[in-house]
Amino acid sequence: MQKVDVEETLTSEVANDMQKPESLIANWKYGVVGILFGIVFVKAEIISWFRIQEMFRLQSFHMYGVIGSAILVGMVSIWLIKRFKIRTLAGEAIVLHPRKFSSGQVYGGLLFGLGWAITGACPGPLFAQIGSGFGVVVVTLLSAIAGTWVYGYFRSGLPQ
Amino acid sequence: MEILEFVRKPWPWYVAGPLIGLTVPALLLIGNKSFGISSSLRHICAACLPANISFFNYNWKREIWNLFFVAGILIGGFLATHFLANPEAVQISPQTVADLKALGIRDFSGMMPADIFNVANLFTLKGFVFFILGGFLVGFGTRMAGGCTSGHSIMGISNLQWPSLIATCCFMGGGFAMTHLILPHLMKLF
Repeated sequence: MQKVDVEETLTSEVANDMQKPESLIANWKYGVVGILFGIVFVKAEIISWFRIQEMFRLQSFHMYGVIGSAILVGMVSIWLIKRFKIRTLAGEAIVLHPRKFSSGQVYGGLLFGLGWAITGACPGPLFAQIGSGFGVVVVTLLSAIAGTWVYGYFRSGLPQ
Repeated sequence: MEILEFVRKPWPWYVAGPLIGLTVPALLLIGNKSFGISSSLRHICAACLPANISFFNYNWKREIWNLFFVAGILIGGFLATHFLANPEAVQISPQTVADLKALGIRDFSGMMPADIFNVANLFTLKGFVFFILGGFLVGFGTRMAGGCTSGHSIMGISNLQWPSLIATCCFMGGGFAMTHLILPHLMKLF
């Protein structure tokens, strides 16, 4: 019973819906997408603590433009995928997951927001900051992993 | 040569945003993967210290693509900084510079304020707030919310999921509260 619950929370977050088994080496493709993504993070200064401060002070359109246009392109892409029933390279039907509302999204969202404004980074940019040579951010990342672990530990007593 | 010069300059939002948005269909088309980053932290917990906690007791190896993805982000950060770097400082709004100077920040030369993000601060109160507390809130909050800026704000909203829109509003709300209500007091401590 509990096992099902865990699987459900997993699939409602990020998920691998590929049916055909992939070898460990076959994952290099996702590494390449990550590399391109990391380059964009640095080149558009999304990893900059100053840019995040600018955003939360409403003093620049830059970050709003980045996130807004990313959503727009994502939205159109998903609409096209649904409209034309586009399949994956392996020929499988693309799986999209509905998200169920929970109060955790409110409380957790606010807590993450507080952390975002201090660290100047959401989880993605943390990795890019480390790659850029800000070695001390390794400590931030370890603390974020610890935060995730502590959430998992106390999860049954928290709003979900 | 001109192309390289263009690449070296900071990329405007209308170049970067669409490229980030294209990650959504890229991951779906390559291997039916839903875009999201904060889950990688959960997979690391599941791989390294599951400690019999049901939340970490799942087949993380099936999600290993996500760890390849974040490792790629780290490598991409390295490549962009070492080979495509913009020689000039980040051009942030003069108002932001003035506001941050008033809070005691002096160094505006890099991507991150060197007054805060340096190893010497590691075992100080400043380091505790910016690295330990900040990181903890990011890891705890994203998992409680079930996603971060990528999983909720980009993937979730692109897929027209209203809970993701609510989560995103809360991310922003928390950020505004920290920036305007808490940070000014925190900075007085150092």
